[in-house]
Parts: sequence; structure tokens; C-alpha cells
Amino acid sequence: MKFRGKLVDVACVNHFTRVITTISKLTKTCVLRLTPDNLFFVLSGKVANGGVGMWCELPQANFFDEYQMEGVSSEDNEICLEVTPENLSRALKTIQCAKAVKVKLTRKHCPCLTIAAELPTLSSTSRVVTHDVPVDVIPRRLWHEFKEPSMPDFDVSIYLPPLKTMKNVVDRMKNLSNFLVIEANLNGEMNLKIETDLVSVTTHFKDLGNPPWGKTSLSPGSRDPEAMAQARVDIRKLQQFLMGQQVNPSKAMCNIVHEGVVHLILLHEDVSLQYFIPAVA
Amino acid sequence: MDCVVTGGNVKVLAKAVHSLSRIGDELYVEPQEDGLALRSVNSSRSAYACFLFAPLFFSRYTIPSGHAFRCKMAIKSVQAVFRSLASLEKTVEKCHIELEEQKNRLTFTLHCKHGLLKTHNLSFQDSESLQAVFDKDSCANVFRLLVDAVVHFPPSQEEVTVSVSEERMWVRNHVEEEDQSKAMLTELCLASDEFDHFSVQTHNNVTFCLKELRGLLMFAESTGLPISMYFDEPGSPLVLSVTDSVLEGNFVLATLSDDTIFRSLVRTQTPPPPPDDFMNDDIDSYLIAMDTSIAPGPSASGPPTPPLADSLCQKQPAAANHRTRSYIDEKEDDLASSERPPNKKFCSLFFGSVLPPSSQMNTQLVTSQEVLASDSEDD
Repeated sequence: MKFRGKLVDVACVNHFTRVITTISKLTKTCVLRLTPDNLFFVLSGKVANGGVGMWCELPQANFFDEYQMEGVSSEDNEICLEVTPENLSRALKTIQCAKAVKVKLTRKHCPCLTIAAELPTLSSTSRVVTHDVPVDVIPRRLWHEFKEPSMPDFDVSIYLPPLKTMKNVVDRMKNLSNFLVIEANLNGEMNLKIETDLVSVTTHFKDLGNPPWGKTSLSPGSRDPEAMAQARVDIRKLQQFLMGQQVNPSKAMCNIVHEGVVHLILLHEDVSLQYFIPAVA
Repeated sequence: MDCVVTGGNVKVLAKAVHSLSRIGDELYVEPQEDGLALRSVNSSRSAYACFLFAPLFFSRYTIPSGHAFRCKMAIKSVQAVFRSLASLEKTVEKCHIELEEQKNRLTFTLHCKHGLLKTHNLSFQDSESLQAVFDKDSCANVFRLLVDAVVHFPPSQEEVTVSVSEERMWVRNHVEEEDQSKAMLTELCLASDEFDHFSVQTHNNVTFCLKELRGLLMFAESTGLPISMYFDEPGSPLVLSVTDSVLEGNFVLATLSDDTIFRSLVRTQTPPPPPDDFMNDDIDSYLIAMDTSIAPGPSASGPPTPPLADSLCQKQPAAANHRTRSYIDEKEDDLASSERPPNKKFCSLFFGSVLPPSSQMNTQLVTSQEVLASDSEDD
């Protein structure tokens, strides 16, 4: 197993940092899958983490200037590591001005992802800072848990309003209730609702638009455009997702499986982030 | 005592108070012949700081004649006088500090723009003189320190280890042995030519609290003064100082004693250390030769067995690990109440003059503990 990558462009370092910081806000630990072409940050939707799942895909070529890896074997040319994104984010945050950043898999006191940065100085020699972030190598027999989740067979897909607006709404609602009902239809309408014994609050969004997902699953006429699909979710999970947002997505979408799952997708040129929040009864 | 600070010096004074507040809860004020001394010490007596403002720092400086006066007061109340540093610079024209001995009050009067006067009357307690015993000139290693050395460490980081060779200085986060497997290790390598002054005689590692260094850095950054660092060997105090023609600040910090340092030293030696990770481009030297098989269980891919040096160091006697806290805490309950000592393993610096005169107890302590701040004064 070998891995070594180098980032030289300040914008790339910055972008990479923001992606990882976003992920660090979503989960304490996750799995980093390294393949020859991509980096994946994966959280599989287990009961232990409240059924929340995450899948984030970064094409390595868009970030790394040099990227060398050798997986466990030639047919399974991958490396799977359990990482703490918070640590990675912390390490990267302090080296935003670096001339070059290297990320390597190393064997120190334990397996580590070593982030080494060359910082500019006034003197002739560079200042070097290294962060050794401990990781766990995941054996191959567990890899099957970290495959890309299949697109759920959703009832409604809708573009999200500006995430900041949504965050403001959800932040206020969180003071009133622990659960939030998110509902949407194929007419570009989405509602965020809370209901308690004392109060019911609904925020209506309209003209959001529905993404065209091929013709098959959502052929017009197969579903009443006015009919709402809804899911009741833990409001903290949704808030977490909105709070940690640092990617500035060019597209943000939400797929709802009626009383099943809320599937949030952020797309930003090269990066895609998917987040699954299970519905609760 | 009657002194007046004007213009930019008000901010310098304010910054000094703020950085002293990082050390302890009380401010010891002592007007001396050679200037106004502001001091602070932490509750576990492992860190001490002193600023001495020369008479020239003030536009007026008179001290009580005849008898020595000194007092202490809650540092929070003095901080409150200089609360907003930003507006201080813009609005305050001069600061007048006056002692009203009849009323037992120290009065801070801020003369602001538009004739606005802000008066703070602070009550104080009498105090003994507070003076750490240290001698920075005898330290073997001297550096003029860089300000941005600490940004790489998270605010929660308590201690750092500094080690030196002829050409380089390394700053690492100090991690307790038991947390090492999961902790992130950060190392900053600085070349000697980044320092104004770099003199090394002994290749030592010292571990000390970052909090106080941050306090002084805050002060140094705002005043643009370089920080000099003096240290000797593990267990003996490390001195950080800033000097200017009209002021001098010294921060004296206890360092972890030898046995614990040894472990963190081992950490750096376990993989044969390349000059540094960055320069070395040879990928193969870093590779992990770990599990490549699907079988037989998670143990196959578990963390690699610790290198020899690691297992060796675990056999070190843990005897010296547990250190008693200075008994001063108990004696001075006002100090002890506020905060736990930052780290029990730190030795106490002893302040000869502050100690109650039970000399026997003092010497007992010195002999029974393995390593103490070496500059302690025997009564």
C-alpha cells in the first residue's frame, strides 16, 4: 500500500480544505477510499450513526499535482482508511499559505496520513510543518460496506433554495422542535414544517424547480405534480448538514422517498457530496 | 504612587495586563525605584510573569517615598479598565494611575477624547513581594523567537516540546503517552536562519505550557518586539523575555522533567528521522507494508507493532511520574480556589520570598521530589 500526493496550487489547497472541513462538520469519523482516480469520503448509513450516510467524491486530478498510489493488490487497487476529518481539517487550516502540501500514507507510531507543508519564509530555507494524523487501515473484507450508495427510488426530486436561507429557517425551528417534516412536490414547491402541541410552523418555498432525472423514473403523468412526498427527520441532522456547508455548491438538490429517506446532493464542479437522512416515524 | 501613561503606551500597558491575565488571577503591583513592576503567577506556581516598566515609560512617575509599597488585586478588575483594546487606541489620550493610601484604593483614570473621564477605583490587598528566582543569562540555549510558531497548534493544545540542534529547532505538540496512538502529532521545523539569534550549546528538549507563551506572543505581536527564549535542560525553567529601552517582560515557565521528555524524544526517533518529511521525495521510504490479504481478520491489519524503542521506553519506571503539587496552593486558598493547576507533572517554581518561613518543609520538598525547577532558593 502506497500513497503520496502533492498539492501546489493555493486555490486547490484551499478548496480541498473546505471540502474536508465540510465533512468534518458532518461526522466525527469516516472512511477515506483512495483509488487511482478519486478520493472518496464515505460514511455508511449504520444504526450506530443514526442511519445517516454520506458519500463525497473528489477527482484527484482536480486537486493534486502529483498523485501516486498503489492499492493492496493489482486487482483491488484501492486503499481504505478510517480517518478523523476534524484532524485533517485542522492540519490543513494552518497551512493555507503553503508553497506546497504533501499528503502521504506513512508508518510512524501508527499508520498515519502525514500532511507536510512547505511554508514561505523570509530566509533561504523553507519552514516545514508536518501533521501526523493517525488512521486505521481497513481490511479488505470490510470494503463492501463502503461502496457507493445506490440512488434511492425517490418520489420527488427538487432543487433546494439557497442553503443559507434554509439554514436560517431550520435554526429557528430547532428551538421549537426536535423533528422537522420536509415535504416537496413535482411542482417546484417545498415546505419545512414543525408541529408540536403548542405550535405549528411551516415555511413554504416555491418555484424551486425539479431536476430532470432522465425520463424513466419520473415520467410526467406518473405522479400528480401537486402531491407532496414527505419525510420526518431529526432536525439536528439537517442542521448539521446546513451548518457545515463550505463548498458553495453550484447545484443543491433534495430527493425524498416518501416516509423513507431524505437524500441531499451538493454539486460543485468537481466535487459531489451526498448526504442521507433517514425518516423517523 | 502617582504615574501617568500617555498615547500608545496606554495600549502597551493594557496588552501587558492582558497577557498577564493568561498566567494567573491576581496582579501584583509594585512601584519600584527602577520602574513599575506588574507580576502574576499561576495557581500551581509553575508559571510566573513580570513586566517592568521603566520610569521613562511614563510621562510622570513618582513612587511613595520612605516605605516600600506593594499590593495585589484581581486581574479581572484591572482588565476591565482596559477592556476594549481597539477603542482604547482611538479614544484614550492618557491613563493616570494613582494610589490613595488612606482609602486603600488604586485609581485608574482614563482621559478620553472630548474631555471624557473614566475613573476606576480598585481596592487592593497588601501582598508580599513576588519574585521568581531565575537566571536567564546562565541558560545554554538562547533564541530570538518567531511569532507565528504557535498557529499550527490548536487552542486546546496544552503543552509543546521544543528541541534544538545546531541548525534547526523543532516544535512539537506534547502528547501524553496513553493518548499517543490516537492523537495527531504536529511538528514544526524552523531553520536557524529564521531566527535573529540562535545559539545552541546543548541538544535538549524542553516541554512547557503553550498558554503562557501565547500570552506573551500576544503582547509581542502588538508591540512588535521580538521574544527571546532561554532554556537549559528539562525540568529547569524556561524563560521568555521581551526587552525594550523602557520595558522588560519576563515569563518564567516550568518545564516537564526528564523522564517524560525522554518519551517524547523517543517519539521523534522511532522511525529513523529523515532531515524532514518534506524535503525527502523518496516515496518508498515512507511506505506502509501492511496487510494485503483478505483473510484472516482485523488483527492482520491492526496497527503495526511498536518499534523497539517504543517498547523499551514503556519499561521506564513510572515512579517519577507522579508528582506532588506545590503546597503553596493550600496555603493560599485564594489562589487555589480558581483553577486546577494545568498539569500535575509540572514542577513548581519556588518563590523564596513568598514562601512561609518554614524552611524545613521547603528543603524537604526539594529533596523528596526528583527534579524541581533548579533555580529554587533555599531559605
